Amino acid sequence: MPEFANLVWIVAKIVALVVPLFIAVAYMTYAERRVIGWIQWRKGPNRVGIYGLLQPIADAGKLLMKEVVIPQSANRFLFLLAPLFSIIPALAAWAVLPLGDGLVVADIDAGLLYVLAMTSMGVYGVIVAGWASNSKYALLGAMRAGAQVVSYEIAMGFALVGVLMAAGSLNMSEIIRAQQGPFWEWFWLPLLPLFIVYWVSGVAETNRLPFDVAEGESEIVAGFHVEYSGMAFAIFFLAEYANMILISGLATIMFLGGWYSPFHGVAYLGPIFDLVPGTIWFCLKAGFFLFGYFWFRGTFPRYRYDQIMRLGWKVLIPVTVVWLVVESVFILSGFGPWF
Amino acid sequence: MIELLLFYVFAAVLLFAATMVITAKNPVHSALFLVLAFFNSAALWLMAEAEFLGIALVLVYVGAVMVLFLFVVMMLDINLAPMREGFARYLPIGALVGCVMVVEMALVVGSQDVDLMRGAGAANASASLGMSNTKALGSVLYTVYAYPFEIASVVLLVAIVAAIMLTHRRRPDTKHQNIDRQVRVRKEQRLRIVTMAPEKRK
Repeated sequence: MPEFANLVWIVAKIVALVVPLFIAVAYMTYAERRVIGWIQWRKGPNRVGIYGLLQPIADAGKLLMKEVVIPQSANRFLFLLAPLFSIIPALAAWAVLPLGDGLVVADIDAGLLYVLAMTSMGVYGVIVAGWASNSKYALLGAMRAGAQVVSYEIAMGFALVGVLMAAGSLNMSEIIRAQQGPFWEWFWLPLLPLFIVYWVSGVAETNRLPFDVAEGESEIVAGFHVEYSGMAFAIFFLAEYANMILISGLATIMFLGGWYSPFHGVAYLGPIFDLVPGTIWFCLKAGFFLFGYFWFRGTFPRYRYDQIMRLGWKVLIPVTVVWLVVESVFILSGFGPWF
Repeated sequence: MIELLLFYVFAAVLLFAATMVITAKNPVHSALFLVLAFFNSAALWLMAEAEFLGIALVLVYVGAVMVLFLFVVMMLDINLAPMREGFARYLPIGALVGCVMVVEMALVVGSQDVDLMRGAGAANASASLGMSNTKALGSVLYTVYAYPFEIASVVLLVAIVAAIMLTHRRRPDTKHQNIDRQVRVRKEQRLRIVTMAPEKRK
């Protein structure tokens, strides 16, 4: 049964990817509260276990024990299906992300397209949850979040078009190999405007601060998941954090050279830095972006809804379009060490 | 073996979802079943090694078009009773259109002149060129079919401009903000510091 053995091997690879991912999500909630605590001159969770390290496990236990309340007038089937609509695309996109040289579940040619397709489906969780709850707050929150995600997807897609023009491939591993070299040869420098656009729209895509208008305590309470409790709420929470890690990982692959060390290929320094495995470099770079998420949350005030829409449509999209033209000139003239 | 099984699973779900699109009572359910139908046909395209088309279907139709559809359907308070009334009246026209489509499909599939195995050869063509499906499609689209491609894009652009112009209405009484003026505002224009003697309680 070679087919069966192959299937078992694929499932084993998926488990090896998803289990550390869930642990990372759990500890990100802890890290977020601690980091924001420091920013705001307070301690954050520090009671459960040493330095509060068992706090995420206690939280998970608490959420598992809680009752999932289903509103009487809700559409039961879609109400329970909505959290799955949110988490499945967030996890499925991970299949093509190379965490190290050759360390990838599915090394497919159309990897970048696949990621775009998967992330574009995450919005269904939000919309279906808002509609199935049969609550005005949830529906208004879903409309806001949905409109925001759909708008910023365009800017994000354009930014990634720039990356695939520079790399000449849609395969994630090929995109990283096109950036082989020290940190000034990665794509963040020649594509700096696209990098910034990608990063801003990444924060907006995940509905995180300062773009979290899906939530608004004074008008629409918690937004689309206001009616959810217990494990159903926890799955939305998991999906949000899995998406944050996904966006950070993608930014690492597209603009920061994936698994390459910052001095790869430099005399003397290069071999020393290459002693650290590529996966560690990948995680460090993704960690930088994740810390950025917390930092933004602790620093910036929330945007107003019309300001978000203006930024997405009238600022970010024109910037990407102009830079795609500039990049074409770069490519045709063979500018710098990049093209 | 597994491939054949998968094909039948996807095809069965596709047919089921397509039937539910037109029979479901709730319009939101119909839209969601349409999403399911798109997704399964994308899976079928992936199995036919037309990966670009499959992923583009999910990206464009599932990820963008259907989201906007759902927005509209959710906002509308559709009363189904008046929609059902016309069913018997429009049945003959619907049946006629259905028959025409079936005959057309039969002509294409059953014809001796159209070789389907050659026609479905996007995968074969790209394999013979030694490049991936996406690359092969792109190179053909921008070289051989450059003019039709550009003309199609211009037609779409015209449609977008027309749709915006038709739905756009000028409302002079709205409080429109002028971002430039907001940004250019200085402290002196808004703030007046008044010095006055402290008031004493009498």
